[in-house]
Amino acid sequence: MAEDKYPTEPLKCWEEAKQLRFKYYEDYKNANETGGLRWAGGAWSFDAVPYGLGDDVYPLTGEPYGASTAFDKEFSKKCLEAAEAAGYARDLCSYMRNYWGSILLNKFTFGGPFPKPDFIWQDHICCSHAKWYQVASELEGGVPSFVVDVGVGTFDEMNDNKVQYVAGQLLDGIDWLVETTGRTYDDNKLIEAVKSEFRLTSTWAKICELNKAVPAPLDEKSMYSLYVFGVLSKAKKEYADFMDKLLAEVQDRVDRGIAAIANERTRVMSDTQPPWGFLKVFRYLEKFGCVSIGSLYTFGLTGLWEDKEDGSWGAKTTPMEKGVTINTREKAIEELVKWNLAKPEWQHFYHPQLKSDMMVRIAKEWKLDGVMLHYNRGCEGLSLGIAENRLALQAAGYPVLVFEGNMGDEREFDEAGTMGKMDTFMETLGVI
Amino acid sequence: MIEMFKEWYDARHEYAKEWKEKTGGKVLGYFCTYVPEEILLAADVLPVRILGSHEPQDVTEPHIFGMFCPFCRDCLAQGLKGRYDYLDGIMIAQSCLHIRQAYTSWEMHIPVPFSYYLPMPNHVQSPRALPYLKAELETFKKAVEEWTGKTITDEDLDRGIEIMNRNRRLLRDAYDTRKAADPPMSGLEAMYMAVSSQMIDKTEHSDVVEESLKELQTRKLETPTGERLIIIGSEDDDTTFIDMVENCGSTIVVDDHCTGSRYFWNQVESNGEDRLQAIAQRYIDRPRCPTKDWEERSRIPHIMNLAKDWNVSGAILLQQKFCDPHELDIPIIRKTLEESGIPTLFLELDVTVPVGQFQTRVEAFLEMLMEEDLF
Repeated sequence: MAEDKYPTEPLKCWEEAKQLRFKYYEDYKNANETGGLRWAGGAWSFDAVPYGLGDDVYPLTGEPYGASTAFDKEFSKKCLEAAEAAGYARDLCSYMRNYWGSILLNKFTFGGPFPKPDFIWQDHICCSHAKWYQVASELEGGVPSFVVDVGVGTFDEMNDNKVQYVAGQLLDGIDWLVETTGRTYDDNKLIEAVKSEFRLTSTWAKICELNKAVPAPLDEKSMYSLYVFGVLSKAKKEYADFMDKLLAEVQDRVDRGIAAIANERTRVMSDTQPPWGFLKVFRYLEKFGCVSIGSLYTFGLTGLWEDKEDGSWGAKTTPMEKGVTINTREKAIEELVKWNLAKPEWQHFYHPQLKSDMMVRIAKEWKLDGVMLHYNRGCEGLSLGIAENRLALQAAGYPVLVFEGNMGDEREFDEAGTMGKMDTFMETLGVI
Repeated sequence: MIEMFKEWYDARHEYAKEWKEKTGGKVLGYFCTYVPEEILLAADVLPVRILGSHEPQDVTEPHIFGMFCPFCRDCLAQGLKGRYDYLDGIMIAQSCLHIRQAYTSWEMHIPVPFSYYLPMPNHVQSPRALPYLKAELETFKKAVEEWTGKTITDEDLDRGIEIMNRNRRLLRDAYDTRKAADPPMSGLEAMYMAVSSQMIDKTEHSDVVEESLKELQTRKLETPTGERLIIIGSEDDDTTFIDMVENCGSTIVVDDHCTGSRYFWNQVESNGEDRLQAIAQRYIDRPRCPTKDWEERSRIPHIMNLAKDWNVSGAILLQQKFCDPHELDIPIIRKTLEESGIPTLFLELDVTVPVGQFQTRVEAFLEMLMEEDLF
């Protein structure tokens, strides 16, 4: 065990984060009892849009649900086996199989029967996104679905045609929501939600920026429990407010030199979703004084970034900060589309070099000694191009540890083998 | 004449090299059949589809994680081994993530003068897809003009459209002959015909298909038709496998593959006014790859129509291992076929297939079908 060098203390807002997460699933489960609406969709769906239907509209995003299910290994295994028994291949997205399995078993990870959504509101950039909910709808006996294609290419090649294609679908989607739910649509609620999304996703990037500090104020395992608000409902005002509080607390930790791990000696980042049932991997690394400061995944799945004047990578300036007036449905949608199309984790769907460039940048600016790549069999989208990323990181001079696993299917994770690899990696980094 | 298609398929690289030498033209390798070849033909470019070689290989391991489909790795292997060293350009139209990696790794490690990513819309069922794709085709056309140094006129586009449409019509006619009680061509021959069209000068190919159609009027296969099968799934040019299936007492009479019928099924309906819009409409309307078949499932009625019109008694679903899009469609396709009285056999393809083991399964499947005929 490496010796302590820095003071450390628990996060003050940890309990609040826990309560907010618990409430999210409770709200979804109980929505229909109070006349509210439930919708299901992906973590990247434009969740600001259904907020225009009212304050009692609650989402269930599939990826965090799949991850939470994976954390309960016994139940997850039952879900995965149920999906396989229904004919679905074992190598498909494991979040998706956990989700389908929950429907098939009619069991909600957070207790009770699986709550059927009133409608599906999804986006599509990965091959599995639209198909996930196509199958889910069929398994639930037919749930009205609307999907928005965002696969228009990289942000640096953005043009009006591409923005209008996505924006047009969203405007059609609003008409569809009104028709499907029978509710009226409030553009002011949409505008408020859009602004909350800009605020939350920019603030999260600011929080991640603070992890450039040595010692790092946050470790990645803890960050997983915090970034998640950006994938549960990034447009929810309550969550944006929480992010503001978290930013203040993390800034305070940096100012006071509070470390995430007291014995920080070496800094790494990971990549893709972790094997959720085996987060103890990160605690194991701490034994050696190794802190994972995050990853492109934790930074950029939710956070929005831009090049700063000093050449560094920092939080994206929101349209409000730029003085953009958002006072109509069309303007809100257009700004929302432009904002989302800049998402770092969407860029590398088109080319691995874009991801490699971002990873090397993180490695430099966050002062890393090495990189751990999770070759994640559970997610084709975020594992896309990962072998090329490995080559690029090595070429840039960073030691790379590769371990195979699956974010949501524990049967594909070799715990002992991975720990053995971690030992070797720690030797490589000179901390053993 | 029909033998010509196999010869072309086997000697695809030699053909392309000779074509280049003879014409002085440019050859472009493409990774997906959503690529609008009409525009390339309008610029006198020879589009050739990049396919694998069905040989074991180890050159792609550093570039593509092993959970991605064997087909994308096999395609990249061809580039890394230098078999497409005559290409002047490469391109892909947005489809699945798997084949996209073959394209991006190719671009990084086997540089060519021209490389293009066409962001073909996924939401083809949205009315927003048509104007979007039309504008993207305008951008693509300009890029091709810049690359080739040739201005593409309306007449050029009309020519490109007609070359493609003629080939599509002829291939449909050839497939129609297989509706006969005793089809005059085997599934293997049809596969060579359709796949070779993706690597040969289209006009030359069409001329041979036209001649072959005359031959087919009186042609009889030496082997009895046996069970009439449809093959359904992802990319498939596994000729060894098809040959084995047809030697077990069956004939493949139709398919739903992007190497087969999905490639040529529908035409560009141009009224001579907005040509790019007409091209865009064709690619939006074509029988869909599962990556684009949502929210409604249009593949199922299309497949059921094929099964009915070609009077099939069984279906073999062939999926490239790890192919997520097809894995997402196969359960419901199997269910629908079986509920309609069409038994199915599901097999996973790899770069090489275990022909012996598959033969046992195919024979058992065919025996089951024959029993149904008997009783």
